[in-house]
Amino acid sequence: MTSKLTLSNRTGWTFALPGLALIVTFIVLPFLFAIGLSLTNQRLLSPNATQFVASENYRQLLGLGVVTLEPERDDAGEVVRDEAGEIQYPRLREITRSEAYPQYRGMREWFRWQSGENVIVVIASDVVFMKALVNTFLFVLVVAPVQGGLALMLALLINQKLRGINIFRTIYFMPVVVSIVVVSLLWRFIYDGQNGLLNSILQGLTFGLFQPVDWLGNPSTALPAVMAMSIWQAVGFHMVIWLAGLQMISPTLYEAAAIEGASKWQTFRYVTWPGLRNTAVLVLVVITMQGFALFAQIDVMTNGGPLDSTQTLVFQAVERGYGKQDISGGSTISVILFAIVLAISLTQRWLTRER
Amino acid sequence: MAFNPDNYGLRLFVRYLVLCLIALIFIFPLVFMINSSFKPDSQLLADTSSLRAFLPVGDISLDNYFGAFRRAPVGLFVLNSVLVTGATVLLSLLICSLAAFSFAFLRWKGRDVVLSIVIATLIIPFETIAIPLLLLVSKLPWIGLEGLQWGWLNTYRVQIIPWIADGLTIFLFVQYFKGLPGELIEASRVEGASWWQVYYRVVMPLSGPVLATAAILKFLVMYNQYLWPLIVVQQENYRPVMVGLGYFFQLNVAWGEVMAYLTLITVPVLIFYLFLQRAFIASIASTGVKG
Repeated sequence: MTSKLTLSNRTGWTFALPGLALIVTFIVLPFLFAIGLSLTNQRLLSPNATQFVASENYRQLLGLGVVTLEPERDDAGEVVRDEAGEIQYPRLREITRSEAYPQYRGMREWFRWQSGENVIVVIASDVVFMKALVNTFLFVLVVAPVQGGLALMLALLINQKLRGINIFRTIYFMPVVVSIVVVSLLWRFIYDGQNGLLNSILQGLTFGLFQPVDWLGNPSTALPAVMAMSIWQAVGFHMVIWLAGLQMISPTLYEAAAIEGASKWQTFRYVTWPGLRNTAVLVLVVITMQGFALFAQIDVMTNGGPLDSTQTLVFQAVERGYGKQDISGGSTISVILFAIVLAISLTQRWLTRER
Repeated sequence: MAFNPDNYGLRLFVRYLVLCLIALIFIFPLVFMINSSFKPDSQLLADTSSLRAFLPVGDISLDNYFGAFRRAPVGLFVLNSVLVTGATVLLSLLICSLAAFSFAFLRWKGRDVVLSIVIATLIIPFETIAIPLLLLVSKLPWIGLEGLQWGWLNTYRVQIIPWIADGLTIFLFVQYFKGLPGELIEASRVEGASWWQVYYRVVMPLSGPVLATAAILKFLVMYNQYLWPLIVVQQENYRPVMVGLGYFFQLNVAWGEVMAYLTLITVPVLIFYLFLQRAFIASIASTGVKG
């Protein structure tokens, strides 16, 4: 009888259709578009017809090469040195513009290191993209464990039975409800090089010994500064997810541990932590996804600078797709970003599979 | 042990001290923002080198607020944000709960395939479709009072319609509906209620918690929108609050006015949060249970 009560093709479709149509039009379709556009040379406004270019966009972004530069030698075979004694090398241009190496055409230097007498140069078709890729991964690799770990510590702290503990939970969560744009602007004051709050605090703590740093203006501190602020902003979010996980652990397990005389650390190690395994995977995946989407902080605080030290994948996708109206270039970055996110989701599935 | 573990009072004191110090880390930028919004620029910048940055001292006035209103159409930006956020939240609650109702209680051909497509969209971050979506909405048709038009850029609808339906909201509703007693729905059907009546007379009145969760999550996303309006709205008339911030960074930056504007657009949300903090935190926690 139940089947007669609930089998209802027309009503079923009618109720689901508005939602489904919106999701297909504004999520699925653009997603398929992204893949299609990444194989063309589409621009937002262009007089030229769109052409199919196959994997050209991907080659433009991902092209990499490693070349070894041997020292210049004179006729006698001696290494040529300048007045300061520095070894002289041929110019990279002689390779990237040479007919002899068509595969390196148009590539530019990304970084180099010395190896004996030779210099090894890694060249890339798109150095800025490569920097964005590396920065995004660096961001995720640092923020995921640090933010996840701090959030767990806060959750354990908040999980105590203390009068007024909810007030603290409310405060720790507060930055989550504030727009990341507002937060990023406020932190520009904290990081300011002249009279920023952070410099003032550090100088106060070291009795003036600390030399002020322009945190966002220095290529070696800009990305760590963005990381620190991002951790601060969303740590409360993950604290709440950890708390939900903590509260699902059965109290009888803790009672048993107490009867067995387990220490605090043992209780955490053998009762709390095993009970949090799936929560841990979820927290890491959510932070990772948020990390790969890094955009607003960069747009408000650094614009990708200084010296491309804070470029990220989404920032590059927007700068090209919107700023330079290069829809196909932006779409290609989006597809690469999605491939990374998909790989991480599949890893999560695998880690939390039923055993 | 550095101190006597039996000394309950001392241990309690240390615990609260730690909790308070951490609380300071989370609120100091907001305290700085609010206090600075009342100070003239020169004092604001000078104060950042001392604790005065966090205190409402010195030359305190509302001048920055008047300045902010003179510099930018603040009221218009707030109105736009409220309009876009309110419309999206309401439409989202209606359309997503209807779809979820169909997935949870009705049986129809293709249901499972459709539901798995909806769930699969959860792993597509918005940032990866923003650029192709920009191209799409720039070419979509619209039938309005002036007849057929092409292109959705610089409108309210471009900020509302793409954000109405999403996998997470539908998923949250489906999970909640599956927890409702099935006999209740069957009983109403036996008594002759139409599916529409079951939806709004039986299921919706029982859905307070999930409606609150879905509304809060959507509200946070919509009010804090930045990337999307940045690329689809170039006209002042349709700009929301976060994009309106750009007005304060043309030519000479008046930091006091910036702080006043930030306070104006942030404090209402904070008050809203403080009143409903239990619901806010429960809604975030419920997204975590999905794993």
